[in-house]
Amino acid sequence: MNYGIVSQEQLEQIDTILSSKLIKLGVDCVIIIDMAGNIITAKDNGESKYDVYSFAALAAGNFATVDAMAKLVGEAEFSLLFHKGQESNIHFSKIDDELLLISMFGKDISLGFLRLNVVEAIEQIRTVWEGNKT
Amino acid sequence: MSFINLKEKVVQVKIVYYGPGRCGKTTNLEYINRKFRNQIQSEMVSLKTHGDRTLFFDFLPFDMGKIKGYDIKIQLYTVPGQVKYNATRKLVLKGVDGVVFVADAMEKQREKNIRSLNQLHQNLQSYKESIFKLPLVIQYNKIDLKEHGVPILPTAVLRKDLNSRLKVPDFEASAITGYNVAATLKKIISSTVVSIQKKLL
Repeated sequence: MNYGIVSQEQLEQIDTILSSKLIKLGVDCVIIIDMAGNIITAKDNGESKYDVYSFAALAAGNFATVDAMAKLVGEAEFSLLFHKGQESNIHFSKIDDELLLISMFGKDISLGFLRLNVVEAIEQIRTVWEGNKT
Repeated sequence: MSFINLKEKVVQVKIVYYGPGRCGKTTNLEYINRKFRNQIQSEMVSLKTHGDRTLFFDFLPFDMGKIKGYDIKIQLYTVPGQVKYNATRKLVLKGVDGVVFVADAMEKQREKNIRSLNQLHQNLQSYKESIFKLPLVIQYNKIDLKEHGVPILPTAVLRKDLNSRLKVPDFEASAITGYNVAATLKKIISSTVVSIQKKLL
């Protein structure tokens, strides 16, 4: 698990991906966290005021719980999660074994459209992240 | 493992309060939350059962100021103490930077303390961490009960039981009154930050 330090350049590349793929689409807030509950990066539309640190801790716990449930029903993993509310929704998607992408968005965006963009963003982030490991 | 953001110059440090059920881990965090309220921007998060027992974890983040231009964000977690919840305890320990082991000084809890410490050792091993290397502070909690006539173990006995091999800093404390809660916290933060600095150099 040697990913503790990410270069400034990599973070900027990841931030650019998040902005162009998700914030531009109308997503309120995007966070990348690791499974220990640390925030790797957080981007928002400038209006949302979420307590991202508590959010990260709870999201990591939530994902770990779902992972354990997957094992119970014989699945290797559930790689995405979606919570739907009246005004806002949360979409969780696994980037790799260590990272999780969380998008918080309102009712103006369709889930399908968001998912398409999340998939593209994740592919691009993986490429940047892999560069970190080598 | 702490996460260091070079772009925003932020270091996130994860400290876990570990110990047997009803030893006072959550009480430690609640006291810190009350006492240092003006330094803490977020609310404390507690995932509890109806009977007020910790089900998953408590979480309390706060800022410690800057070291060499880096913002230090301390994240305090507790684990559920009940024996049956070891899977959850293990999850919370993932990526831990420092541990406070809270022992219950009540005489009847002697065996539970030892069991819990042994389990911490095993759980850390599963993440390839060693209890002998990770920053650790031991707290002998509930010493205020002596005044109320509840039989408690002398600190020398607790120390022999729990700290004779580890030889880490330890404190007598009373989480409910706040005695030595801040001292414990200060000690674990300083040991953890020093250990992170060493890893980086």
